Amino acid sequence: MTGTQFLRKKKWTMTIVFIILIALTYGSAALTQFNLIDGLASIPATIAWMFSNLIPTAASFENLPKVLGRLWETIILAIVASTTAAICALLFAMLGAQTTQVNRFFGVTARFIASVFRNIPVVAWALILVISFGHHILTGYFALFFSTFGFLVRMFIETIDEASSDGVEALTASGATYFQMVVKGVLPDTLPQMLSWVFYMIETNIRSATLVGILTGTGIGYLFDLYYKNLDYAMLGLITILIIVIVFFIEFTSNSVRRAIS
Amino acid sequence: MEALPSLPNVAMKNGRIQIKKQTKATIVMRIVLWTLFAMTVIGPFLLDYGEIDWAEALSLTLGNLQMMFLQPAFNQITFGTAMMQIGITLALAFLATVLGAVISFFLAAFSARNLSPAWLANIIIASNSFVRAVPTVLWVLIFAIVAGLGAIACVLGMMLHTIAYLTKAYAESFEELDEGTIEALKASGANWWHIVWHAVIPQSSSYIISWTFLRFETNYDVAVAMGAAAAAGGIGFELFMASSFYYDLHEVGMITYCALVVAILLEMISIRIKRHYLGKA
Repeated sequence: MTGTQFLRKKKWTMTIVFIILIALTYGSAALTQFNLIDGLASIPATIAWMFSNLIPTAASFENLPKVLGRLWETIILAIVASTTAAICALLFAMLGAQTTQVNRFFGVTARFIASVFRNIPVVAWALILVISFGHHILTGYFALFFSTFGFLVRMFIETIDEASSDGVEALTASGATYFQMVVKGVLPDTLPQMLSWVFYMIETNIRSATLVGILTGTGIGYLFDLYYKNLDYAMLGLITILIIVIVFFIEFTSNSVRRAIS
Repeated sequence: MEALPSLPNVAMKNGRIQIKKQTKATIVMRIVLWTLFAMTVIGPFLLDYGEIDWAEALSLTLGNLQMMFLQPAFNQITFGTAMMQIGITLALAFLATVLGAVISFFLAAFSARNLSPAWLANIIIASNSFVRAVPTVLWVLIFAIVAGLGAIACVLGMMLHTIAYLTKAYAESFEELDEGTIEALKASGANWWHIVWHAVIPQSSSYIISWTFLRFETNYDVAVAMGAAAAAGGIGFELFMASSFYYDLHEVGMITYCALVVAILLEMISIRIKRHYLGKA
């Protein structure tokens, strides 16, 4: 194939891909009755609205202790769900990773279980659990726990498999038991990376906890939903600002920890 | 055991050679691990549990889970409707991803260190982290106040997070671009747009494709969530109706299965694409 032919073929492929993408976009817009012009027009309108309405007033600051209490609940929930899920995920990742798996059967099973947990959306967990646990903080905990668990198993397996297996081989050759091999060979290499995934999940879970809170009536999500339905925009502004502050704080902490340990 | 005599240049402690070195990294890691451990142990006691009967709740949950996952059935909606709703969810995710990707591409070109001035990059990065700090569902609900509940609010809300995510991913792949290529193009008189079209896009297109599809996969999950939490339609809304209005566990199970199958398919495609374009799992 000559150079011009190659370029012409590439041009054609590109054109076809673009046509397909545009067609899919039109199809999706028609299916969901999404209007691009209206959509784009409402962006500046929303920003203007945010700056004129989402401003906390003196009256809303009276509710500050209540909001902080709920926010605290959400933070604890996100952290506890992430750490406990990480411990379980570590066990499954050990079974699922190529370097550390006990045998193929356990490996495939562990990966399959993790995949199911990961792909059931967090809202589905929340809605399933809310039926039996009710509007209770445990509903939120389990919903976050399950989805975090699935995600962390995938990431931990990738981390273990990407780390060099030389140490593991050397330890096995010198007669180390499975337990010694894991504790002395695998964990020291992979712990910093795993920890940084746990921090990533804590960040994500603060945001997901808001979503789960709206559905299950717990934490800061519940308060947001309550004031949203009461059209109390000053309170919404206060809650939004507090969430932003917390997320920034956690992002800052996790970034500095990540930099220190890697 | 006899204590070794102290050797020069060897760390000793109690007459033994120290194999592990105390670096800043290990100390920080130890502190972080202990802090997380402490929070995990103490945290649950700080929460308000209210009244809960553990034994009853657990047996109820197990019973419910059994009803959902072992006896799934459609009652209120048909299989066709469910497929249609999944189509709507996919369409919402697709719109948010495509619109977000187009905007992110330009923002990334303006925020890559090697293509743009530092002040512009900093403004874009700062506003992106502001956008990311507000949960998607809050964005959707805020847009819904102005645009009304529905597709527009849902797509715009998801688009904002897509932009924040993809801009960072694209900008990072742009920054890996060979400095020499840019210089050569500049020397031959190419302007900024020439550089973007003829050097940046060809070299980073495989990254762009894999990141965009990965985001589409995430957006599908988000779209399910937004359907449930912000009434934006799609399979998430049906899930919400089945669980919170009809209390129909069989249907909840069936809808979850449908959503799960699509999610696993998307994940498999995403892994394929990543392997094909980036040559790794």
